[in-house]
Amino acid sequence: MSATTLPVLKPADFASDQEIRWCPGCGDYSILAQTRRALSTVPFPKEKMVFVSGIGCSSRFPYYMNTYGFHTIHGRAPTIATGLKLAQPDLMVWLVTGDGDGLSIGGNHLIHTLRRNIDIKILLFNNEIYGLTKGQYSPTSRMGTKTKTSPTGSIESPIRPVSLALAAEATFIARTMDMDPIHITTILQKTAAHKGAAFVEILQNCKIFNDGVFDNVADKSLRADNALYLEHGKPLVFGKDRNKGIRLNGLEPEVVTIGKDCALDDIIVHDEFAKNPTMAYLLSRFSNPDFPEVFGVIRNVTEPTYEELMENQLAAALAKKGKGDLQKLFRNDDLWTVE
Amino acid sequence: MSVSSPTSPGQQVEEVESITIRFAGDSGDGMQVAGTQFTNVSAIMGNDIATFPDFPAEIRAPAGTLAGVSGFQVHFASTDIHTPGDSLNCLVVMNPAALKTNLKDLLPDGILIVNSDSFGPTDLGKAKYATNPLEDGSLKGYRIIRVPIDKLNREAVKDSNLAMRDADRCKNFFALGLVFWMFERSSDSTLKWLQSKFGKKPDVLQANISALKAGFNYGETVEMMPVQYRVAKAKIAPGTYRKITGNEAIALGLVAASELANKRIVCASYPITPASDILHQLADLKEFGVKTLQAEDEIAAVGVALGASYGGAIGITGTSGPGVCLKSEAINLAVMTELPLVIIDVQRGGPSTGLPTKTEQADLLQAFFGRNGESPVAIIAPKSPTDCFNMAIEAVRIATEFMVPTFLLSDGYIANGAEPWLIPDLNKLPKINIIHPTLPNSGDSGKTHENGAGEPGKFLPYKRDENLVRPWALPGTPGLEHRIGGIEKQDVTGNINYEPGNHEHMINTRAQKVANIAKTIPDLVVEGEQEGELLLIGWGGTYGSIATAVQRARRNGWKVGHVHFQYLNPFPKNTGEVFKKFKHFLVPELNAGQLLLLLRGKYLIDAKGLNKIQGRPFLVSEILEAIKPFFA
Repeated sequence: MSATTLPVLKPADFASDQEIRWCPGCGDYSILAQTRRALSTVPFPKEKMVFVSGIGCSSRFPYYMNTYGFHTIHGRAPTIATGLKLAQPDLMVWLVTGDGDGLSIGGNHLIHTLRRNIDIKILLFNNEIYGLTKGQYSPTSRMGTKTKTSPTGSIESPIRPVSLALAAEATFIARTMDMDPIHITTILQKTAAHKGAAFVEILQNCKIFNDGVFDNVADKSLRADNALYLEHGKPLVFGKDRNKGIRLNGLEPEVVTIGKDCALDDIIVHDEFAKNPTMAYLLSRFSNPDFPEVFGVIRNVTEPTYEELMENQLAAALAKKGKGDLQKLFRNDDLWTVE
Repeated sequence: MSVSSPTSPGQQVEEVESITIRFAGDSGDGMQVAGTQFTNVSAIMGNDIATFPDFPAEIRAPAGTLAGVSGFQVHFASTDIHTPGDSLNCLVVMNPAALKTNLKDLLPDGILIVNSDSFGPTDLGKAKYATNPLEDGSLKGYRIIRVPIDKLNREAVKDSNLAMRDADRCKNFFALGLVFWMFERSSDSTLKWLQSKFGKKPDVLQANISALKAGFNYGETVEMMPVQYRVAKAKIAPGTYRKITGNEAIALGLVAASELANKRIVCASYPITPASDILHQLADLKEFGVKTLQAEDEIAAVGVALGASYGGAIGITGTSGPGVCLKSEAINLAVMTELPLVIIDVQRGGPSTGLPTKTEQADLLQAFFGRNGESPVAIIAPKSPTDCFNMAIEAVRIATEFMVPTFLLSDGYIANGAEPWLIPDLNKLPKINIIHPTLPNSGDSGKTHENGAGEPGKFLPYKRDENLVRPWALPGTPGLEHRIGGIEKQDVTGNINYEPGNHEHMINTRAQKVANIAKTIPDLVVEGEQEGELLLIGWGGTYGSIATAVQRARRNGWKVGHVHFQYLNPFPKNTGEVFKKFKHFLVPELNAGQLLLLLRGKYLIDAKGLNKIQGRPFLVSEILEAIKPFFA
């Protein structure tokens, strides 16, 4: 079906009739609104979009989208989504997960789904806390985070979701946040266009159990100095006065002031299509206060998808052996006849 | 019963009804290959056959040790047989360890073929023999045939240019040639097999052929073996046959079901003994459109299968008991979302890692109850290697027709055991009809109910048919967009719903839907006595042993009947009626009494168990012994 024959849809066309049950002020509301907006602009039939989720606050997402949806079990959504893509490779499958669902109980499946490069779009809502179970630390909670299960502070080193996705060979990796609606929309549009496993970390504020944990970038007055927005082909420049940049000193990135420490030409230029993931990995390690947090498309490379490779193997077998003939298969062994 | 007739001077041929032979040696001695070849040849020559491969869990335990012994038992007969035989007429041992672990199964006066070259002090030490059994008189009563197999084999293959080590690897074919002579087997199909296996390695091919022929000629020439045995062709149903194991039959059954349902198979599994063969075979059938995935773990495997079913394929996952433990949560998601799912459990000894290569029937209650909440699933079990084909098709039919996860409970014994398979005519197998809705189903009654029924143009994912089955609407269908999940839902609409009355209604509805499967399955068939003193009740892979024991019991004049459950949830409709016709009940199982517990609970019969949990199948004699007291 070509894009021109598709009906023109509005964000409201993606809203289901179900009452939304997230807490007032939850960052999920913004992400939901921007997802509906982004998808209404994507030239793809709505009935071929499927939202699959695991368990947790974020995983209620499919109920609120008027698309096909499957609210599965804790951590296992990537496996269900994989099976779905094997059955119907031409669906657009979105997977909504959280830091607990995707990185703790489901960490194994996340890794393997990314490395297989199955064409699934994974949205990981990271609020650095367990919300639905009422406030325990998560695998992204920072060292020292005090929660009901870590009353004297967490002693676990947090996972950096983007570093993990890079290690797992994800072909598309991006980062955005609930408090920047326009940016979410742009990123989701780019995610929709990618063929292969896409991983998007969305920083999301939990109003009840971890309020304000991302204020240094969510607060507009602080954002310019603490956040670096990546754009392909553009130098890594940030700051209120747009005079701070990232320079490489050997393998060590450093924050420099343009015009004082160096010239604009010395600043690294972002290449989201770079095959070599080394620079992307350096970016994945940036965190406040020493470095700006990065947002945007970190990596975007094209590799054959798992389902394409599988279809190719099926086609090759068909070409080599001809269409499978059961009567012949049954007889593929020593035979004898009883009169 | 035997008839002796001289064929050549000094040469006697004895005609017998059946022979059980076992090849035993070190894991590296090629005993599985020798046994398989002997089986093929016997089947092609028209005997009925049943086999029992028995190998250690370790890939290569230290050579020559008791732990490293691998065996392959073949029962071949001129009559209809159902088991690989209780005890051996002939035992071939390649080393002292094989002798030590297998001798107890050899009949008094049985033929014992020994590789006498492997009974040096080191070999004896590894097998923990203090004295040489070939010399200390402990083998008195057996017909011992000592053959210096190592030496004769090396001599036979000396022109092949193989290194000593490779030359020694042909000795299983020397031994095979010898028993081919002894039991009047033709070498043709084995020569053909060698050609296809080693066609690209002419040295190896020639050496194996030489070894096989030398073994055969040795038998003919040496006078220490004055007797040959003849087993006439069996009288079995006419048609074209091949030999098949249970795992092969499951793979073929699944592909057949795919064709009968006109649906693609997606099989996702994690490697596990003894089920991996099913994935191996399906992975090599891509020209049938079969998709397979080796998942990162058991949980992912069942998730992929369920996701594939959601997308409209036949989702299958194969495993053994430890894998079922891990799959429980996803199976429950399939129960709740009412999607088809086929779970193949090739049972092995448990609990935990247990006995990976040995058989057991101890996952029945796990299949019934091994999940949280009230979680009814369909459960069926093949009764023999060939029955695996039919029951694999049944698993797909039930799962898709009733939108329900369906367990296929095979076991290590029938998975690896082989028997002749009458190749079916695909055109005579019933089609599996699957319908996916394309239009809204809310109807247009003009009266809108709270649950949405009657309101035109809506799709209601939990609106059920007369069997309480919900529609299988596929993503990609315009206008039927809907959401499903593991949270309790309102009937008809599928919306999240926590109301107490609705929950109970849904629990009962899911249970009744599974109970409705009974309308579509065959009645229980009583074999032997139709009523009377004693009914033997079995399920799954024990059919052969129980059926044979019942036949023998009836020859003794004992009034015994036998029913064998292939359908366990739900049980066949006439089960209660059948039970009313018998006074006593004996339930042989390779577990501590799992079916027994279910039958006593559901049918209130005072059944007794016969339980064996040794990782091995029942011997016919063991069942016969348990029948005897009822008639003493």
